[in-house]
Amino acid sequence: MTSPVSRGFHRLSRPGDAQAGKLPPGQHVTTDFPVLSAGPTPHTPLQEWSFSIRRGGKTLRTWTWAEFMDLPAETVTVDIHCVTRWSKLGTVWRGVPVPVLLDQVAHDARYVLAFSDGGYTTNLPVKDVTGGQAWLAFDYDGQPLPPEHGGPARLLVPHLYFWKSAKWVRGMELLDHDQPGFWENYGYNNYGDPWREQRYAGD
Amino acid sequence: MALDGNAIGGLLLEIFAADMTSAETTCAACGAVRPVAGTAVYLRGPGTVVRCRSCTSVLMVITRVRGRNCVDLSGLDALQARP
Amino acid sequence: MAGTAVRGRLIWQVATVATVTDETDAVRTIALDLPDWPGHHAGQHLDVRLTAEDGYSAERSYSIASADGEPVAITVERLDDGEVSPYLTQELRPGDQMEIRGPIGNWFTWGPHDGGPLLLIAGGSGVVPLRAILRHRQRSGSNVRARLLYSSRSLEEVIYRKELDEYRGSAQVRYTLTRRQPPGWGGFAGRVDDAMLARIAWPASQRPLAFICGPTPFVETVAGLLVARHYPESRVKTERFGGA
Repeated sequence: MTSPVSRGFHRLSRPGDAQAGKLPPGQHVTTDFPVLSAGPTPHTPLQEWSFSIRRGGKTLRTWTWAEFMDLPAETVTVDIHCVTRWSKLGTVWRGVPVPVLLDQVAHDARYVLAFSDGGYTTNLPVKDVTGGQAWLAFDYDGQPLPPEHGGPARLLVPHLYFWKSAKWVRGMELLDHDQPGFWENYGYNNYGDPWREQRYAGD
Repeated sequence: MALDGNAIGGLLLEIFAADMTSAETTCAACGAVRPVAGTAVYLRGPGTVVRCRSCTSVLMVITRVRGRNCVDLSGLDALQARP
Repeated sequence: MAGTAVRGRLIWQVATVATVTDETDAVRTIALDLPDWPGHHAGQHLDVRLTAEDGYSAERSYSIASADGEPVAITVERLDDGEVSPYLTQELRPGDQMEIRGPIGNWFTWGPHDGGPLLLIAGGSGVVPLRAILRHRQRSGSNVRARLLYSSRSLEEVIYRKELDEYRGSAQVRYTLTRRQPPGWGGFAGRVDDAMLARIAWPASQRPLAFICGPTPFVETVAGLLVARHYPESRVKTERFGGA
C-alpha cells in the first residue's frame, strides 16, 4: 500500500545545497541537538567519578576527576553523524585525546570496549581511538558537558556514527578480540562508518 | 526521552498483532511484575529500550533494521497478554 | 514480503480530516473521517503518520479526545520547535489526508464497569484522554463519582474550559494555574502538591481509581504523591507524554 501524501507536510530542516557535499549518505543537517538515550540519565558526582583502563578483569590505571582535569586537553570542531539520520556540523568540544590516557598503559590490545554509567557499552578498534580521532570530552560549546548530552565526560569519536561516542563513559576494557557492545548486539554495525553507510550488521 | 509502555502500544501492535499495553511483564533481573504500560520506555534512539521501573534493567529492545522490526525479549522472564 | 504487506493494510488506515476546531491559541481539535474505524474506548490513543512528497514520513501518538461511539477526534498542542504539531495545528485543513493506526491502549482506559470513585489528574495537554473519560462517563449515564484536577500554566491555556465548567454538579473540576492567575482567582495556584491533593483526592479507603496524564516529570511527581497517600500502584494509572 502506498501512503497518501499529506498535503503541505515536509521535514523540519532541509540540508542546504552548500552543505550537501559534506554529508554522509542518508543524513540531513539539524540545528538543534537531539537527546537520545537508552536509559535514565546518570548523575555521578564528580568526587565519585573515575575513568579506568582495564584488561582481563584487572584495572591497570584509574584517574579521578581532578587527575583527569590535569591532563592536556584540546578544543576541536567536528561534524557528528547519528545513525538516526541527523548530522550536526561544526560542533565544538574540549577533551583529552584518548591516546593521552591509553599511552599511560603498556598494552598490545587491538580493540577496546568503552563502558558507561548505566551499563551502556560500545566497541572500537584501538586504531580508531588513536591518531587524532578520539577524545574524552568534558565541554561542549564552551560549557561543561550537561548530563543529558553525556556529562561529566563522554567519548567523542566523530568519524564513526555517534552511538560509538559513548555518553557517561567511565572506562575502557582492552581486548584482543572485538566484542560487540550494546547497539552492536541489537543489530547495529560493528564498525559504523557513516561515509560507507554502515548502519546495520551486514552493511 | 523517558516515557512509559503506552508510547510503544502502536509498535507492539505491529509486532504482536495485538494490544500489549496491559500484558504483564516479569523482570528477569528482579522479578518485578508490571503491565507493559508501567515500564520505562526510551524512544527515539537507535532503538527502543524498555526497562524495569524497579531495577532499571533492560526488559526489551526493539530496533528497526532495514525496514524490519528486531525484537529482543531476553530481559523478560515472562510476557503474558491479558484477555 | 506478502505477509507484511497484508498486515500493513490492516493496521494503518487512511483518514480524511473532517473538521478542525481551535481550542486555544496553541491547541486544535481535529475530527477525522475513518470509514473502517472499529470504535475506541475513552483513554486510548492513536498513531498518526504523515508522508511528505519526497517520501519522508513522521509518526506521532495522540490521545483520542472523543468518547466511545463518538467520531474519532484528536486534540493536538503546538510545540514551537516541533515537526508535526505545527503542521497539524496550523496547516492542516478539512479534506487533507493522513494515516492512522489504532485505537491503541487497553490499559489506560476507563468504562463504567471499572467503577470508582475516579480521580483524574491532568498536566497541560494530558487533559485530552481524561476529557474523553469524562465524556464517556456522562454519555453512558454513569453515576460513578469523579473529580478532575487540571494543572495548566494559565486560564487561557485551559483546553475544553467551557465543556469542563459545565460538569458542575455531576463531576468536580478544579484547575490549578501554575504561572499566571487572573485577578481575583480563588482557585488553586502552583504545582500539584500534597496539600492540594489533601483537598481533592479521594481518601484511599474509598478504593479510588486514579488516572494521571501529562509530561513525565508531572506524572511521576503526582503518582508519587498518590502512592504516599496509600493509593495502591495498581490503582494509579499513568500515561506520560513527550515529544514534538
